[in-house]
Amino acid sequence: MNKEETLLDHMEREGLSRRTFLKYCASLASLMALPPTAAAAMAEALGKAKRPSVIWLPFQECTGCTESLTRSHTPSVEGMIFDMISLDYQETLMAAAGHQAEEALHNAMKDNYGKYVLIVDGSVATGLNGAYSCIAGRSNLDLLKEAAQGAAAIVALGSCAAFGGIPKANPNPTGAVAVSDIIKDKPIVNISGCPPIPVVITGVLAHYLTFGTLPELDKLGRPKAFYGETIHDRCYRRPFYDQGKFAKTFDDEGARKGWCLFELGCKGPVTYNACATTKWNDSTSFPIESGHGCIGCSEPDFWDAGGFYKALSTPANPLKYVGAAAAVGVAAGAAVSVANRASKNAAMAAHEKTQLTDLEK
Amino acid sequence: MNELELLTWARGTGLNLAIGLFLLGMLWRLVEIYTLGRKPDLAPPRKAEGATGWHTILRRSLSPPGMLKRSPISYIGGYIFHIGLFIVVFLFAQHIKLIQSLTGLYWPGLPSQVIDAVTVVTLATMLLVLFDRINNPVKRFLSTFGDYLAWALTFLPLLTGFLAAKHLLLPYTAMLAIHILSVELLLIALPFTKLIHVFTLFASRWYNGDINGKRGVPV
Amino acid sequence: MTASLQKGINALKEVIDAPVASFFSSCVHCGLCAEACLFYTETGDPKYTPIHKLEPLKRVYRQEYTLLGRLAKMAGLAKPVSDDELEAWSELVYDSCTLCGRCSMVCPVGNDLTYMIRKLREGMAVSGHAPEGIIMATKRTVDQGGPMGLKWPAVQNVIKHQEADSGLKIPVDQAGAEYMVLLSSMEVVNYPEYLGALARIFNKAGITWTLSSEAYEATNAGIQIGNSDLAREIVSRIVNAAEKLGVKKVLSPECGHAYMAIRWEGPNLMGRPFKFEVVHVLEMLDELRAKGVLKMKDKLKTPVTLHDPCQIVRRGGVLNAPEALVREVVVEFRPMTDHGKMNWCCGGGGGTSAIHEPAAEALRFTAFKRKKSQLEETGVNTMVTFCANCRITLEEAIDHYEMDTQLLGLTELLAEHMED
Repeated sequence: MNKEETLLDHMEREGLSRRTFLKYCASLASLMALPPTAAAAMAEALGKAKRPSVIWLPFQECTGCTESLTRSHTPSVEGMIFDMISLDYQETLMAAAGHQAEEALHNAMKDNYGKYVLIVDGSVATGLNGAYSCIAGRSNLDLLKEAAQGAAAIVALGSCAAFGGIPKANPNPTGAVAVSDIIKDKPIVNISGCPPIPVVITGVLAHYLTFGTLPELDKLGRPKAFYGETIHDRCYRRPFYDQGKFAKTFDDEGARKGWCLFELGCKGPVTYNACATTKWNDSTSFPIESGHGCIGCSEPDFWDAGGFYKALSTPANPLKYVGAAAAVGVAAGAAVSVANRASKNAAMAAHEKTQLTDLEK
Repeated sequence: MNELELLTWARGTGLNLAIGLFLLGMLWRLVEIYTLGRKPDLAPPRKAEGATGWHTILRRSLSPPGMLKRSPISYIGGYIFHIGLFIVVFLFAQHIKLIQSLTGLYWPGLPSQVIDAVTVVTLATMLLVLFDRINNPVKRFLSTFGDYLAWALTFLPLLTGFLAAKHLLLPYTAMLAIHILSVELLLIALPFTKLIHVFTLFASRWYNGDINGKRGVPV
Repeated sequence: MTASLQKGINALKEVIDAPVASFFSSCVHCGLCAEACLFYTETGDPKYTPIHKLEPLKRVYRQEYTLLGRLAKMAGLAKPVSDDELEAWSELVYDSCTLCGRCSMVCPVGNDLTYMIRKLREGMAVSGHAPEGIIMATKRTVDQGGPMGLKWPAVQNVIKHQEADSGLKIPVDQAGAEYMVLLSSMEVVNYPEYLGALARIFNKAGITWTLSSEAYEATNAGIQIGNSDLAREIVSRIVNAAEKLGVKKVLSPECGHAYMAIRWEGPNLMGRPFKFEVVHVLEMLDELRAKGVLKMKDKLKTPVTLHDPCQIVRRGGVLNAPEALVREVVVEFRPMTDHGKMNWCCGGGGGTSAIHEPAAEALRFTAFKRKKSQLEETGVNTMVTFCANCRITLEEAIDHYEMDTQLLGLTELLAEHMED
């Protein structure tokens, strides 16, 4: 990899035409709802850009986010991102291992101090001082703090890094937290999803590379371009929701007809992501289209949101207090009832047969 | 706490508490009221067609002769918003799902556009009956803080549910959480406000029909 | 004078029961009861709203028989019912309520407000807050036998005249007769022809009957003032006399509250069923009509309408007999729009006609406007009714409004047109 080579140079060398590059910029710009002129700006900026250093640290993760990014079916689109950046550290993909890998990391951080993009996937374990998750004897917590110092921006990739994810689910034995819970002084973009949609990752990176800034973010730090609408509002099965046509089991007539999956626990209404429009595997499908309700994987604490198969309008947990409440209620009523009986009896006992003189004061 | 956590709390612990307190309050109040009992009527009853407490439970839902034109808003407004509430609460698929999860009972719902229309009509009617309560001399004279509170406790779930479904005011997750919380508030307060009439009106009508029915007068 | 607030509150505590609790809990302040009450509809004053008349009873219920109410009272957060309040409520519970029962017919949540007013009067009476007119009527009934102070010798006088007029014997104290007949003072004093009419009807039908010198008075001021002890004392005279004479039936006259007192409240006041049956005079007449015994020789030609006395029809259950009997004796019957069990009160029942204060009388005349417009709507000038108190009240009002309406009593009308 030649660091002084521009992206265009690199692409020409790889045999990718300028035309393909322009198409890619146009589609990225439109995906992010940027104006048409942005495509040209993106092409120009990217074309001239030097490939920036990207350091990718994996913490308490399942590697699903890496898989999502690299398992694209068409090599060009998502794969091109690896042409745009200089991925100086990525444990799954890099050839080096052991001390050599650690040396690569430290060199990259030193050489590009203040300029590299730090990508983090997986949550940060804080329990037992971070001992639950260590690389080369150092806790993720320490590694994060160190790497963040020289980062220009941090990408919290996947729901674990963005919000804590599955390790944080009840009872959270490792004390897992999000990246943004630890780092407070750097721009962080949360690309949530379990895993996130590949093009969302590349789109954000392309934006950063083009404009030098992170795209507009929502209250939870997610890029609005991809997380601005709920699955429900973009779902192709919405007409069935509105008509009240719901599948009641996974293989009933409604399910076979592709009816709404609300009753089977779909969390589409409360989940912000681009699955319903962008879809997965090169726009092949997304969970609902494949017949399973959305599990809300791009939302914080979705593992503890009451069960994947419980409809949103049903209780999140089984009711606990019913028996006790009923018993207490009856007891309270009975107690008053006894007191009332006593009151009435006392009043009747105090009754003096009315004489005519009792009618006047 | 973020929106989804609030929603999960409302659907989880909140609902648990609300249903528990509702049951507690209802059983307490019902026992408190009905264990007062009543003395048996020793006068020989007169039999008359349709003159029983059971008949009155149904019959009293109709406006008695001459009353509709004396107070059309009470009857028409009352019918519309009660029926509207019933339709929205019991014939909206999402609510039916809730009832199914609590009781196992299930029935088909109406399309959500129908529910939308019913909701709007009900909201408007509830505003009308509020206006009438303030405007009509008798209602204004009788009304206390409790009446206005009961109105608000009933109006809010309807309004917030509509806002949530239509994605108005606040983002859906937060609006849904507020909707569920407003229902929980209604449940907790119900046994201790005039809203308890939802349950006690049946016995009241029955007593009335029984007392008068024994004298041979269908009421 | 020994009335006291404490006695009053105690009395209320005795009578509050599950229906009362259910009613107060169910009230939604819809105000429809006001629209059924002639004292509200003709004055437009919301204080006459029936549920508002019950406010003191509601507070006693809450403070004595609910957990939250008791706690509130203990914590000083609930105002106990005061003597001044009961005094202020006297007008609402007596002057402007005839126990007519229309409110109980319309309450959408099913409240029987009349039932509750009757109970509230128990507390009002022994706390000294019943109107003076009703107190005097009660005293006269207890001490002298009737609310107008009518004594047996005066009745004997009427008997003599009616025997002369009808040419028939009017039996007194006859043991074993089928019917023991009760009279209301109002009838004896104002409409003595009623007794003669009865004599002729019994004679025609061949039914044995008797008056009782110990129990001729049907009206029960105890019911009207709302004191069960006194009501019991008064009604027991009838029960004892009837059971002593061994009659099969007691005939209740054309008097509203008398029927309520003996037929419906009586056994509950006495704490036991009677050994005789209670029949309203119209029920008996209707039975005779159905048997074909009551044949009319001719019919009244002028069109008539019917005023239904509240305590007999709506509250008493004598629903079908009146119209059947009217149709028997008139050519053209035009019922009022609100007729039968929905008819409007004359404004004089429940003891109100005994209240002679100017304000109360003025209120009754105002309330009468309801009956006046009912009458005007029918377009007829002749009104038939069957309660002496209604007749007095209606006649006074007809006079006051200078109407040319003729008022007729049903039993007398039947007797007049009856075949000999």
